[in-house]
Amino acid sequence: MIQTKKLNFKYNDQAAFSFPDIKLGKNENLLIIGSSGIGKTTLLHLLAGLLQSDSGSINLYGQDISKLTQYELDRFRGQNIGIVFQKPHFVNSLTVKENLQLAQYLGNKVNQGRIDDILSSLNILDKKNKNPKKLSQGEKQRACIAMAIVNSPKLILADEPTSSLDDENCDRVIKLLKKQASEFNAQLVVITHDNRLKKHFKKSIKL
Amino acid sequence: MSLALLIFGIGIISLLLQLNSLIKTQMDNNLKGIDMVVGAKGSPLQLILSAVYHIDSPTGNISFEDAKKIKNNRMVGSSIDLLYGDNYKGYRIVGTEEKFLELYNAKIKEGRKWNNPLEVVVGSKIHTKLNISIDDELISSHGLRETGEQHSDQLFKVVGLLEPSNSVIDQLIVTSPESIWDLHDDHDHDKEHEHDHDKEHEHDHDEEDEHDHDEEHEHDHDEEHEHDHDDKEITAMLIKFKSPMNIIQFPRQINENTNLQAAVPSYEISRLFKLFGFGIETLTYLAYLIIIVSGFSLFINLFNSMRERKYEMALIRTLGSSRRQLSMMIIFESLILTTVGFFIGLLVSRLGVMFVSSLMEESLNYNLNSFGILNEELWLLVLSIFIGLVSSIIPALQVYNLNISETLADE
Repeated sequence: MIQTKKLNFKYNDQAAFSFPDIKLGKNENLLIIGSSGIGKTTLLHLLAGLLQSDSGSINLYGQDISKLTQYELDRFRGQNIGIVFQKPHFVNSLTVKENLQLAQYLGNKVNQGRIDDILSSLNILDKKNKNPKKLSQGEKQRACIAMAIVNSPKLILADEPTSSLDDENCDRVIKLLKKQASEFNAQLVVITHDNRLKKHFKKSIKL
Repeated sequence: MSLALLIFGIGIISLLLQLNSLIKTQMDNNLKGIDMVVGAKGSPLQLILSAVYHIDSPTGNISFEDAKKIKNNRMVGSSIDLLYGDNYKGYRIVGTEEKFLELYNAKIKEGRKWNNPLEVVVGSKIHTKLNISIDDELISSHGLRETGEQHSDQLFKVVGLLEPSNSVIDQLIVTSPESIWDLHDDHDHDKEHEHDHDKEHEHDHDEEDEHDHDEEHEHDHDEEHEHDHDDKEITAMLIKFKSPMNIIQFPRQINENTNLQAAVPSYEISRLFKLFGFGIETLTYLAYLIIIVSGFSLFINLFNSMRERKYEMALIRTLGSSRRQLSMMIIFESLILTTVGFFIGLLVSRLGVMFVSSLMEESLNYNLNSFGILNEELWLLVLSIFIGLVSSIIPALQVYNLNISETLADE
């Protein structure tokens, strides 16, 4: 369902990356591991359609996203891909609920019930009407996961979700991500330098 | 901050526009049908302000005889005598002819016109404000200010109330010239005990005799009352010409050849407007400058907030917003700000008009009220929208060309 071929991306002559091909079947999760500066974030951005590759193809669920226009790419991403950032980002003038509603609006998947479902499954339903700034670090991370999965994406991309966490929390977060992914029928691709995650994934690629 | 500046600028301009238009319409409204005003020598502007707008003191009185000569000139179409002398609680009592009511299209709402001396008809503003009704008796004060000596022995009787006409007559108490003459005759009489009323008459006769023997004969046929008027005075006379062409020549003739003064209201008023026009213009430019500064300030605010919200913008993009959607969001944000600013500015100006109007009403018995939106103000709306648009273009382009990947990787 996810297939990349001969992906290349060049920022400049000093920073040019070529990535190994990825092939991932339905319901398979993937860990992409690599040390800093090797192009992990670049790969994630390529997969998310935030960057466009110089050469090669990315086929997501039958769609070659390297052939989409900027506009189509934005739409495709909004509907099929959820991203969990290393640091949680929100629109700070909106509450948690409004942030989720914005995501639904932009992904064209408005569904009030789903927001409550997700928030309660992540145990932060009571923070619904709070400003994301006022949440604790853990709550922020969970709210960020909620943002990523609110539109029932087929693919969840997570960028270093555990790098700043201790072992205990690291375990908790990755389990939560996997649980949410399977619960909502999404594939999970985690990109990290964190070797602690290896044991949680059957399939991994080293950059 | 930028919004406050915008509100301030819009408010000032709109206030100036409103006041300008209100004063102009009010002035023009009262100018209808008056080509020329004749009165005593003095400042022409003062003559106009006192006789047409009833806000300044009159330049003095002129003799009835002299006025008559002008009236009989073939160039004069119609004329209306005005006579001042008294006020009731600061409102002027004008002795005049019935034509005065027609001039302002004033209709009797209740009661009738005056038939006898000391009967008055009261303007709408006054009877509503002071709660005057038919058959009330008013004690007038001498002069045009409330503080004048009271004529407590002679009472004006209210016989009619006027409908609102939105002109100066709303602020006037109208009566016949005889009322004022009689009142002041008696008044003088009271003061000078030695003088006898009849004696005075005889004295007048003598003078007349010396002047003209042929007329003397006619005088004898006249009623005693009529005769009285010949040596009486009036304050001013409103004149309408037979042909508009006379406006150039006739006033000059009067000013040069008689001891009267003629002034053309339309000319004096445009002179007055030129005088304050300079101030209004300067203020208007200043206000436009403020609006432009507000535009800059808005731009800088948006620009800075875009830098602060870069991550938010990138996030919104990753959530599936297109570049255009996001740029439009920035433009709309700015448009909403400036449009809201425009309406608040308009509100501020209306409060200003109300304030100025209440001031003018108190000090000049003059009122301005109309809250319609002027065409010029629609231009201000266009200007606000334009400023909102222009100041948001660069931030919107910034967002449009935002490199999401770089922004997100940059954290």
